[in-house]
Amino acid sequence: MVELTLPKNSRMTVGKTWPKPVGAKNVRTFNIYRYDPDSSANPRVDTYFVDIDSCGPMVLDALIKIKNEIDPTLTFRRSCREGICGSCAMNIDGKNTLACIYGMDEIKGDVKIYPLPHMPVVKDLIPDLTHFYAQHASIMPWLETKTNRPAAEWRQSIEDRRKLDGLYECVMCACCSTACPSYWWNSDRYLGPAALLHAYRWIIDSRDEATGERLDELEDPFKLYRCHTIFNCTRTCPKGLNPAKAIAEIKKLMVERTM
Amino acid sequence: MADTGQINRPLSPHLSIFRHWMNMMMSIVHRITGVGLGLTGILLVWWFLAAAVSAEYFAFVDDILTSWIGLLVLTVSLWAFWYHMLNGIRHLRWDMVKGMGIGEYARAGWITIIGSVVLTLITIFVAI
Repeated sequence: MVELTLPKNSRMTVGKTWPKPVGAKNVRTFNIYRYDPDSSANPRVDTYFVDIDSCGPMVLDALIKIKNEIDPTLTFRRSCREGICGSCAMNIDGKNTLACIYGMDEIKGDVKIYPLPHMPVVKDLIPDLTHFYAQHASIMPWLETKTNRPAAEWRQSIEDRRKLDGLYECVMCACCSTACPSYWWNSDRYLGPAALLHAYRWIIDSRDEATGERLDELEDPFKLYRCHTIFNCTRTCPKGLNPAKAIAEIKKLMVERTM
Repeated sequence: MADTGQINRPLSPHLSIFRHWMNMMMSIVHRITGVGLGLTGILLVWWFLAAAVSAEYFAFVDDILTSWIGLLVLTVSLWAFWYHMLNGIRHLRWDMVKGMGIGEYARAGWITIIGSVVLTLITIFVAI
C-alpha cells in the first residue's frame, strides 16, 4: 500500500554530533542513520567528521574508520570490500549502492548514509532481508531438469551461455528491489527486480526444463506485473545490470506463449 | 512481512531520502496525466452535451471553459495529452523490449519531455 510518510516509530530525530579529529586538514562530514534496538528511542541521524587524508577512497573505508576510531557501536554489514559479496549495500547520497565500490569523490558535500530504503531495520545500517531472500527462494533459483542426468555435465553452446551474461553477475545485494517504488508499496506480493532478474536467468537457461512452470508461477497480477518500468532498479544497480530489461523479457515471453 | 524480530522494527526512510531521479518522476507524472485526462474528458463531454441541450446552456458552459481558468485547465490538459501520448509510445516500445539499454531510456525521456512542450505549442498555434 502506498504510504508516503514513515510510521511514528520510524521518524528520524537529530542525533549526536561527534567530535572533529584533532589537527586534520581535510575533513568530510558524514550524516549516518542510527537505530539502537535496545533502546525505545526513535532512529536518529548522527554526524561524524572523518580525516580524509588518513582514510581510504571508498565510503566503506570511511565507515570502518569511524567504527575503529570514533564510535565502535556503529553497525553495518561488510565483507569482501570489492563489490562481489553484496553485504555493504546501503543508501549513499540518495542512491542505493555498495559502500565498498562507491568512491567518496563521487559525492558533493556531506555524505548522507541510510539503510536500504523501506525495509525493517535491525540495527543502524542493517536491514532485515529475510523476506527478500524468501522471495528469491520462491523463484526456484536452481537448474530444474526432467531428462536423465548426463554422464558428465549439462552441456550448453557458447551462444546459449552468452544469454546469461548480464544476469549471472547479480550478487543479491538488494539495491535494486529497495530502490523500486512498486516494491516499497507492494513488497508483500510483488517479487521485485532482484528476484525477477534471477527468475529470468533460469527461464532462458538452455539447460533448464521447467520454463513453462516458471512462467506459470509468475503469471500473477502482483508477482510480475507490479513492475511499471520505472527503471530505478537499472539506474541504481552497483553492478551495472539491467533488471528492468530482464522483467520486460519475462512479460514478452508471457505474451509470446499465448500466441 | 517476514520480520523475524519480536520487537517492532522501524521502517527505513524511502521517498524522503531517495534521489528524485528523472525516470521515476516521469513515471508518476505519466500516472497523474492519465488520471487528469480522464477528468478533462468529462469536462469536454459536458461541453458537447451543453451544445446539444440549448443555446443558453451552451453559452453558460462555454463561458466557464473559455474563462482564463478554463483555458489554463485546457492548456495543461493539452500538454498532459501529448506527454501521456509520447510516454505511452515509450512504454509500448519497452513492452517489445526496445530502447531499454542503460541511458537509452533517459534519452527517450528527454525527447518525451521536450516533444510534449513543442507539440503543445504547435497545437495552440494551429488552433489560434
